[in-house]
Amino acid sequence: MATAHQPLSTAPHKPAAAAVDSAVDTAVLESAFDAAVAADERIEPRDWMPDAYRATLVRQIAQHAHSEIIGMQPEANWITRAPSLRRKAILMAKVQDEAGHGLYLYSAAETLGASRDDLLDKLHSGRQKYSSIFNYPTLTWADVGAIGWLVDGAAITNQVPLCRCSYGPYARAMVRVCKEESFHQRQGYELLLALSRGTEAQHAMAQDAVDRWWWPSLMMFGPPDAESSHSEQSMTWKIKRHSNDELRQRFVDICVPQAESLGLTLPDPDLKWNEERGQHDFGPIDWSEFWSVLKGNGPCNDQRITQRRRAHEEGAWVREAAAAYAAKQSERKEATA
Amino acid sequence: MGDDALVLSHRLGEWAGHAPVLEEEVALANIALDLLGQARVLLSLAGDEDELAYLREERSFRNLQLVEQPNGDFAHTIARQLYFSVYQNLMYGQLAATDSPLAPLAAKAVKEVAYHQDHAEQWTLRLGDGTAESHERMQRGVDALWRFTGEMFAPVAGLDLDREALREQWTATVTAVLQKATLTVPEGPQSGAWTAGAGREGLHTEPFGRMLAEMQHLHRSHPGASW
Repeated sequence: MATAHQPLSTAPHKPAAAAVDSAVDTAVLESAFDAAVAADERIEPRDWMPDAYRATLVRQIAQHAHSEIIGMQPEANWITRAPSLRRKAILMAKVQDEAGHGLYLYSAAETLGASRDDLLDKLHSGRQKYSSIFNYPTLTWADVGAIGWLVDGAAITNQVPLCRCSYGPYARAMVRVCKEESFHQRQGYELLLALSRGTEAQHAMAQDAVDRWWWPSLMMFGPPDAESSHSEQSMTWKIKRHSNDELRQRFVDICVPQAESLGLTLPDPDLKWNEERGQHDFGPIDWSEFWSVLKGNGPCNDQRITQRRRAHEEGAWVREAAAAYAAKQSERKEATA
Repeated sequence: MGDDALVLSHRLGEWAGHAPVLEEEVALANIALDLLGQARVLLSLAGDEDELAYLREERSFRNLQLVEQPNGDFAHTIARQLYFSVYQNLMYGQLAATDSPLAPLAAKAVKEVAYHQDHAEQWTLRLGDGTAESHERMQRGVDALWRFTGEMFAPVAGLDLDREALREQWTATVTAVLQKATLTVPEGPQSGAWTAGAGREGLHTEPFGRMLAEMQHLHRSHPGASW
């Protein structure tokens, strides 16, 4: 991690001082940081921050960015087969937005001293992860709708609180991302609605897609609170505002009435309203599947990362050409200057 | 014209998730979307856009053979974009100045197409004048697609354009870009053999049928369904 990238705007620069002084300085900086976070102030790139806070954010933002670009694949899989020109345009625009989200997020990670190339390397070599949901295949057109409704819906439930995250550049990126995501979610819902109200075959296609995407979508909120390793620290730092289980419950409560108005069922026999809690009870999640997909053994893990690596490798000569051309241009400029 | 935009948009859509840099994912999808938008307007003027896109067979499509050519490598795609966007820009420019019913559409499209042309020119320069490998690939793309460019200047029924001016301006623009990019302007015929230049008559190249099979499969599997 780039400790060299920590200029201070809140404290004067000093040459390397005695060890005692620097320990005292760090303690002062740390308490100022803690106070800023507690007061709901935004931390900005030039502010001092604990190394662990920086590292956690780089990991989280990078994995978020990776999810956007890997997440293009399952949907792009249907661009060339979209069944109407209107749907094709919507899907193309959506996949384009995802690439754009990837760009914002890599930029946000770069404000912390990371580099996009390095983060991509980590993705390609499997040292950084992306959301496990994108390791499931899109088998029918209805999957495009199920992804919009459920996967984007879960993503929004997760991300809306991030708009108030303590790190400014991440919070601002999330504001833009969430606006577009909620648009995508409505489009996904509307796609499923058209299928559900269409022919018998279309209705069956929609139901089958919801059956396959429901549980993986619930897994997007991460492991149960008791097993979530980063949660506590992230909540203290106000990177995270709600626990995994809280957000998952919120998502289920939102989806149940939506499924009803879609005319589709959710594949959970234990799902029912709990009057006492004022929330829905739902069945147990198959965590062994979650861990297995996360470890690389999901249906499409190899395929997704192989395609990403291939696009990167096959594009190497293009990036080299752009760099060589830019270098020649600046040489020419200098020569004429 | 609608078929040109529809088919090229489809080809560019195949790049999604495969582009060499993230910025190009955005740019290629953006161009594909512009073209799809043009296609939808133009096809709607001729009938039902989905019926025309999904239920016509290969022999009824009237697109240029240039736009149906497979993507190949990035240089091949850029060469196709350069040839086509310069053509489209000039053609829409001419149309916008007429009193044709297509003039308002052309006036709007010409703005999008100017961006497409700029994108293609910038990449032609970068690849042509980049590394030895990119130069060679760009030259190969430019050469391979040259034989499909003559078709752009053939007369089209119902479209009153100054074909000679179009050819002269197209040749001048493309020549200038290729030379600036240190590339050689191809010398072979721009059309001639029936396989190069009969798209407007519904005679296409082999990859086109496969492209349509993929594009139309789902729509055709559910006759009469709405989406």
